[in-house]
Parts: sequence; C-alpha cells; structure tokens
Amino acid sequence: MSLDTQVLVVGAGPAGIAAAATAATHGRQVLLLDDNLAPGGQIWREATTVQQEDPDDVRRKTLLALRVSGARIFSGWRVFDAPRNGSLRAINDSGPEIHTIDISYEQLVLATGARERFLPFPGWTLPGVFGAGGLEALARGGFSVTGKRIVVAGTGPLLLPVAAHLRQMGGRVTTVAEQASRGQLARFSTFLSRQPGKLIEGLQYRAASGGSKYRPGCWPLAALGTDKIEGVRLTDGQRRWEEPCELLGCGFHLVPNTELASLLGCATRENAIEVDDVQQTSVSNVFAAGEPTGIAGLESALLTGTMAGLAAAGKLEEAKALLPRRQKFERFAERLKTAFALRPELLSLAEPDTIVCRCEDVTFEALKGYEDWNDAKRQTRCGMGPCQGRVCGPATEALFGWRASSVRPPLYPVPLSAMGAGPSRSSLDE
Amino acid sequence: MTDAFDVVVVGAGIAGCACARELTDAGVQVAVVEHDAPGGGATAAGMGHIVVMDDSPAQLALTHYARSLWQKLTSELPASVEYEERGTLWIAADHEEMTQVHTKHATCTGDGVRSEVLDAVALSEAEPRLRTGLAGALLVPDDAILYPPAAARYLLQAAQRAGARLIRGTVTRAGNGAVTLSDGTMLASDHIVIATGVEVSMFPWIRLKKRKGHLVITDRYPGFVRHQLVELGYLKSAHATTSDSVAFNVQPRMTGQLLIGSSRQYMQEDATADAGLVDRMLRRAYEYMPQLASLSATRVWTGFRAATSDKLPWIGPTHDPTLYMLAGFEGLGITMAPAAARLLADHLLARQSAIDPGPYLPERMARAETILV
Repeated sequence: MSLDTQVLVVGAGPAGIAAAATAATHGRQVLLLDDNLAPGGQIWREATTVQQEDPDDVRRKTLLALRVSGARIFSGWRVFDAPRNGSLRAINDSGPEIHTIDISYEQLVLATGARERFLPFPGWTLPGVFGAGGLEALARGGFSVTGKRIVVAGTGPLLLPVAAHLRQMGGRVTTVAEQASRGQLARFSTFLSRQPGKLIEGLQYRAASGGSKYRPGCWPLAALGTDKIEGVRLTDGQRRWEEPCELLGCGFHLVPNTELASLLGCATRENAIEVDDVQQTSVSNVFAAGEPTGIAGLESALLTGTMAGLAAAGKLEEAKALLPRRQKFERFAERLKTAFALRPELLSLAEPDTIVCRCEDVTFEALKGYEDWNDAKRQTRCGMGPCQGRVCGPATEALFGWRASSVRPPLYPVPLSAMGAGPSRSSLDE
Repeated sequence: MTDAFDVVVVGAGIAGCACARELTDAGVQVAVVEHDAPGGGATAAGMGHIVVMDDSPAQLALTHYARSLWQKLTSELPASVEYEERGTLWIAADHEEMTQVHTKHATCTGDGVRSEVLDAVALSEAEPRLRTGLAGALLVPDDAILYPPAAARYLLQAAQRAGARLIRGTVTRAGNGAVTLSDGTMLASDHIVIATGVEVSMFPWIRLKKRKGHLVITDRYPGFVRHQLVELGYLKSAHATTSDSVAFNVQPRMTGQLLIGSSRQYMQEDATADAGLVDRMLRRAYEYMPQLASLSATRVWTGFRAATSDKLPWIGPTHDPTLYMLAGFEGLGITMAPAAARLLADHLLARQSAIDPGPYLPERMARAETILV
C-alpha cells in the first residue's frame, strides 16, 4: 500500500498534533502518523476521544483543533524505514494481520517524542522494576497497582506526577527519591516562580503526591530480591537504608527520540535534533518539533509544533515570529538540564556483573576497554538486540561517554515480510 | 618523530590482524596502523562463513588451506568468536543444478575436502524448513561460521601480547620504506603490508572494484536453520562481474540469529541500504525458505567487498620493494585471512609455503594491465 501527502507528521503527541493541525489549517494536505491507538502521545495517553468535559483545557483545545483541521490521522502505525528519498515506511501490527505502508511526502515533521533514560544498578533487571513513566503507562493500561507498595526513583520533573498518578490508581507510593540535590531543586524552583504556568503545574503535582515522602538528594543503590523485587536500597550520600516495595518505578529523566532523524541524515547535537529558527533540520524538507529537539516540556512542544506546522505549510515569517517565545523555553530547557543533571555517584552504581544491555545480556564488566559505541557494539553486541540500543545506548553514553552513532533500518524489529517490498505487497499486486 | 619496525601492517581488518599474529609468532617486530576500531570495516560487515570454494583450482587450494588453519586455531579461540562447524549445504533447486552437485562433489573429493551428496529426501531431513521440491544438495560438513569482529580482535590481541604495537592513525602515504600518518608521525619499515580492504585510494595503481553487499539479521530463532545454506546459483551470482545479483544464502549464528544474504553490486559508493535490492534478496530467500518471511528482522546493513578482476586475492610483493599486498579477498576475506597471512609471512621470512603462492602474487595485476593496454 502506498500513499502521497503534502505534509507528513510523525508522532501524535502535543508537538505533532500542533504541527498537523497548524499545517492543515493553512491549507496543506496533512497526514498524522502515530504508533499509539489514539493521538495524545505519552503525556495525554488516556485522552482517546475529545471530551467536552475534559478538565484539561489545553488538551481539549489541542485535540479539538486537530479534529477540525482536516488532517488525516493514522493511528497504530510505526515508522521503521525510509526506503527512498521523500518516503517513509510504516507498519501496523496491532491487528491479526500485519500491514505496511509507504508514504511519500513533500514536507516531513518529526515529532517523535522522548523516552526515559535508564541507568544500570544492581537488581535493575529484576521483575517489578520498571521505568517511572513506564510503570505509570502500564498502570493506565490496566496493570493493577492497587494496594501495592511502590517506590519511585530517579530524576526529573516527571517523578512527582508519576507518583501522583500511581497514588490515584490505588498504589501506595511510599517514597519518591529524586537524585537532584535540594539546592539544585531550589534554584530550579526560583526560576520556575518567574514562570507562572510552570509553577502551577509543579504545585499540583506536589499536592497530589501527598502521603509519599519526597526526598531530594536521594538515589537507589540496588533493587533487592531474588526472583522479583522485594525492596530497594536507597542512600542520601550519608546513610543507606532499605525500603520494602513490590514495584520500583525508576527513570533518569528523558532522552530525545532521534533515531528516525538520524536515519534521514538530520544533524544532531547533544542527542537532540538540530533545528533552525523555523524548526527546519539540516535536511531541507524535514522539520522537527517537541522533545526530539531538546527536553523542554508540554508548552514548548505545542509552540515548536505550531512553528514546524507553519514552516511546513510555507508560512516561514509567521513561524519565525514565534521564535522569541521559543527562546524562553530554551532557557527553561537549559535550567531543566542543570537541575536534573546526573550526579557522578550514579555512574558507579553498576557492579561488574550488572547487566547493562538487557536484550543481549551484556554486563558492565564486558563493556570495559572499548573505544566507542560501535566498537563495543561489534564486539559485545551491546545494543544489537530488539530494542536497538534505545535502553542501553543512553546508559552507556552516561557511563562511558559513548555516543550511539549509527542507525540502521529497521528502526524497530519487523517481520522480514515488511522489509523490501515483501510478499505482503506482492499479494496486494496479484 | 620516526619509529622503525620490521613490518608495518596498514589496516586492522581480519587480514591485517591475522598477518600481525603470524609475524609476531615468528618473532618479527610488527606495528599495525588503523584509524578505526579493529575489525570494523568489511570484517564486521560479512557473515563469517569459513567455506571451501572451488571457482578455480587456485581458489580451492587457498580456501581449503585456510580452512585447515582455522581448524587448527579453534582450540585457542575464545567463546566470543563463536566458531561453529555447521557445514555448508550447497542447494540444488533442480536436476540441472544436481549435476553441478556431483561435479562439485568430485572436485572436493579430488582435493581431499570431505563432502556428501544429499538427495531431496536427505536434504529435507537435514533442513526441514526448506521448501519441498528441491533436488538435493552437497553437504560440506567441515565448513564453519564465526563472528568476524571478535576473531579479528582476538588475533590482534594475540599479536599484541607477543609484542605487536597497535598505532591509531590515518595513513596518508605508504611506500619507499615509510608510512606517514595524518598527524605527521613517520613509521620507517622495509616491509609495509597493505591490508586496507577497499580503502586503496592512496595507491592509484591498485585496480580494485568495490562490490557492495547487503545483509539482514533476524531476532533469535535457535534451531530454525541448522547448516550454512547457500544456493548453487550463488556461484552464478558471484560470477556476474557487471550486473547486480542476489542469491539465497542463510546462515545461523550461535546466538540463534539468522544472517540472510546475499547481494552483489558494482559501481556503488553509497553505503545506504537499497530497499529494492533488499527486496530482491529477501524474495530469493523466500523462494527457498518461505517461512523466513514471518521472522522478525532486527537490522539491515551493507558492506563493500574488495574485488579483483580474476577473483583471486593479491598476496605478496609489489613493484615497490618495501610494499606488500594482502588484499582483494572479495567475499572470502574471513575464510582466507589465516592462509593469506601465512603465505605472506612465508615470503617475508623466506620460508617454504604449504601451497603454491604463485597464483596470488600481485605481479599478475601489472600483466593484466599490460594486456588491457
């Protein structure tokens, strides 16, 4: 199956929705492609339909704008290859049959979001240990956390909202361990206090997480247990103590999803896609918006999505006019980076036998002595498994300073029949 | 600053690493120069098939000798090299190809290579997932597969333990007794070995063709395929020297992953995977093994083979008395590396070789040029 569109937007989180709605409103033929079952991205995961009574004003308005814009929405499709210039290939394997589609575009907007960063520590591969956001997503998807004793740990502004949601869903979140120091957080709060919108967001989360201990300057040393997690050993740098728990949600802030951008040859810097004043990447008809261009939160995603949508529709001046607002978010992003910078102690948690690459069972010890990511990959197969280095890539970057440099298709494991043109196409031809 | 070495090997692919190992074993003082991670070029791109090939008597002699050297190495190879004697199955699709099976069997027998003719039933028992209706196959049981980057690393480390030096740098000039690196370092040596694979642009007199290949690797499916499967038509594909070609070639890694090949393209400089060619390659694979289509693919990549015009490598001295070649292995670099390294070492140390080194001497390149002119 193949399709043509003027503007193709990949990713239907806030940035992608804003980009698609904006470009469509400006008369472009737009297709919005997303791998979830409904638009909304990770942040608005539960928003399956536009609800009049949606208490979240921004979400309601954004989704409504998308609906009335005329953009076509393809949900459940995951982009895994760029077989030709100006064309992406996606797969839909949510149903009993597998479908692939080639979509040709004139302009492309990458709004591929971000994912959690994991750091290896003893026990992190035990059943019951999840990413913080990952645990929340599981719970929203039906995994019961009711009555379960939960520790949330790691770093980043997402820990508190995650804890709050887990509590709302019946989890007993005992501790939220934030590795950033009290001082770092205080400086960040002072900065936030000059940003009214952000402050309110923060306070809501704080209130909702009531009942759990919020501990800045505290991090996990090890997940305890043999067959599954039974507790977590925490430290504040002075003391160490153990807390029993049945679930540990542990994520160390976010890393931009730049795999598709790299496959297309877009330049990146410090793991984010480089964009110009109108969100254009180093590839002339490819734009990027939201977290892939740097972790800066919801408002920034909506703004840069709008800018990318305008630029993709040829409204360069209008896009550029929004630049001063973007620059404010860039300062916020810098603050965010500083506030939640990883403390060096976190980089020495792994023991020689701690698994770093879960797909290929590569230990911390086995990774020592290689020159770079490619060398280590070739020799140990770290990052060569089904997750394609999405988990261990950011971890080894933090631990060894390696930069995951090569991206090869497919971006996700797909049936061979989806590669090339594949028999699925020949059966369509016949 | 100038350092002097008995031998400077330029390039730490499998051939350069094997050469360093061979020479240090003989007490020679060796430096290996490499700008990238060892074993990272064509070495990392290949399947790692250790295979006896009988395209020509010289190819048969070299691959057979090389395989025997790999077999001797197996006892010392670390587990990471994943050396495994699965045996090659040369698959005949029809009765015409079956006559080739018998010819190949006779050739193998004549050279002392064990092989066994399988009829359709025996083939189906040996590889139940092949489609029905194939005519048979020739099993070459002592052929093997290994993981090439780990093998190159092992050989280099063995050389380093014996005193070889690995020098990181990009060579800008080599010849007349000196190797110059881009940072200005000079290495003096009367024996400089060119083991740079397809990267020969600094030697304009080398007539080498890049031959691009594609491979696909799957997730782990232990037991799905038991042998190293190659269609007999592979020879036709390997013979084609002008047009793009594909052939059914599927090999199981010790991890349970399957490598699916193969393709050959000339006149390609771009390392990007060609979706059209991958498509052709996979369709060819499904023709032999339809169930492959349902397996999960984790990666596609490309690599460049260094092809000579007569499909034999260049091993030995050149017109520059300080320059030696260890190049042009096309798709057989992993197989041939230990034998090529041994032959070159024999030459440098004035030892008698176990096989006639004549067919592989680089001097034939000049002859071919003259004929062309």
